[in-house]
Amino acid sequence: MPTPSRYWREIPQRYRLEAGKCRNCGFVAFPPRAICPACKAREFETITLADAGKILTYTIIRVPPQPFVDQAPYAMGIVELDDGVRLTGQIVDCDFEELKIGRRVKIEFRKIFQEGESGVIYYGYKFVPE
Amino acid sequence: MEGIIGYGASIPRNRIKVEEIAKVWGADAPSYRKGLLVEEKSVPSPDQDTISMSVEASKNALKRARINPREIGAVYVGSESHPYAVKPSGTVLAEAIGATPDVHTADFEFACKAGTEGMFVALSLVKAGEIKYGLAVGADTSQGAPGDALEYTAAAGAAAFIFGRENVIAEALYTYSYTTDTPDFWRREYQYYPQHGGRFTGDPAYFKHIVGAGKGIMEKSGLKPADFTYVIFHQPNGKFPFRVGEMLGFGKKQIEPGWLVNKLGNTYSGSSPLGLTATLDISKPGDLILIVSYGSGAGSDAFVFRVTEGIEKVRDLAPKTRELLDKNCCYVDYGTYAKFRQKIRKAG
Ligand SMILES: [Zn+2]
Repeated sequence: MPTPSRYWREIPQRYRLEAGKCRNCGFVAFPPRAICPACKAREFETITLADAGKILTYTIIRVPPQPFVDQAPYAMGIVELDDGVRLTGQIVDCDFEELKIGRRVKIEFRKIFQEGESGVIYYGYKFVPE
Repeated sequence: MEGIIGYGASIPRNRIKVEEIAKVWGADAPSYRKGLLVEEKSVPSPDQDTISMSVEASKNALKRARINPREIGAVYVGSESHPYAVKPSGTVLAEAIGATPDVHTADFEFACKAGTEGMFVALSLVKAGEIKYGLAVGADTSQGAPGDALEYTAAAGAAAFIFGRENVIAEALYTYSYTTDTPDFWRREYQYYPQHGGRFTGDPAYFKHIVGAGKGIMEKSGLKPADFTYVIFHQPNGKFPFRVGEMLGFGKKQIEPGWLVNKLGNTYSGSSPLGLTATLDISKPGDLILIVSYGSGAGSDAFVFRVTEGIEKVRDLAPKTRELLDKNCCYVDYGTYAKFRQKIRKAG
């Protein structure tokens, strides 16, 4: 389970899908990195990823890690966003029978999990059918 | 002139029918349908709450406003279902839309009128010249106790408005508020479900305050019911808005476009604001719109808006409210609903 401080550091990515785009070769790093894995340049500009795309692949999680136990079963997918970036996330508000490779989905802001009844509530992006 | 420059809505996909609730409690569904004029209501998914719906509604408002979110000077969330008792909903919203850190943020609470309170303050700050843009959201994931009359209507949804001075799509011509101390509906600290005064919630509460605010703003503005193309009243059930409209001199045709409660339920702080979004979706330049909220405890905020030419350019930039209401609905049974709303919990 992530600590509140680690989660807090990831807010720009989890809330706003902020990525780093290499000023030299255009490589998009999500989460952002200090050194471009493609060309080793160190200059990045902050961009926001596209908010929709299509399912590349998916799986149903029936035995999830601890903080997600109450949510099982749920769908996880890799989605190719309209800007070409690939992103992993939960696919919700969709019956499993309706999941299909190539299906259009969009990003919505949702509750990811909460630390019991008294802890922090963590928010972030999920995919829903478009 | 100051006014709305962008607006947006968020409505969960899940619905539950009045029949499904009535079946569980041995109640007579047709008489609830007829008595409340409500057929079904929205139900949030387990991962949706006031904060997440506020973000989605605000993102839609930003699509219409087409501004840099860093220039938003105030972010207000009005709700009676803020996820935290202590920790603002507004900070998550402000961060999620990219308005931080130079922004004023506050959460409002006033039963079903918390949304229009935020609108009143955001608009006033723009008018005063303190901020360039102000964002106000009315959002709720309301709960009714199992088997209580409120369970047939308590629903979820959010509406967001961005106020500004340029590229205004609906000018805010007048505002007026009417407030008294009236204990018609309340929830004490640590209590999960609210209590209400039964029939007391009608005449001395809903009707008195909406009529007071409606008459007050018409007196202040010199406008009469026939001057308005549309009117939106708070919608705790289907019948009240039509009855209070009749008391003030408004007809069905003015009320119906913003009347969503038959399919949506009562979204509390989101109720009249969502009605305003649905009305803006179909309004034309020059239309005058009156909105009167109601919050138990008790008070009403009234606004007169005049729609501008700008509406035509922005309304198609985000999903329309009736599309959100009618499209992709997923009907759930009472068991699923009870689990989603944490009325029942898994052991361990
Ligand atoms: Zn590079």
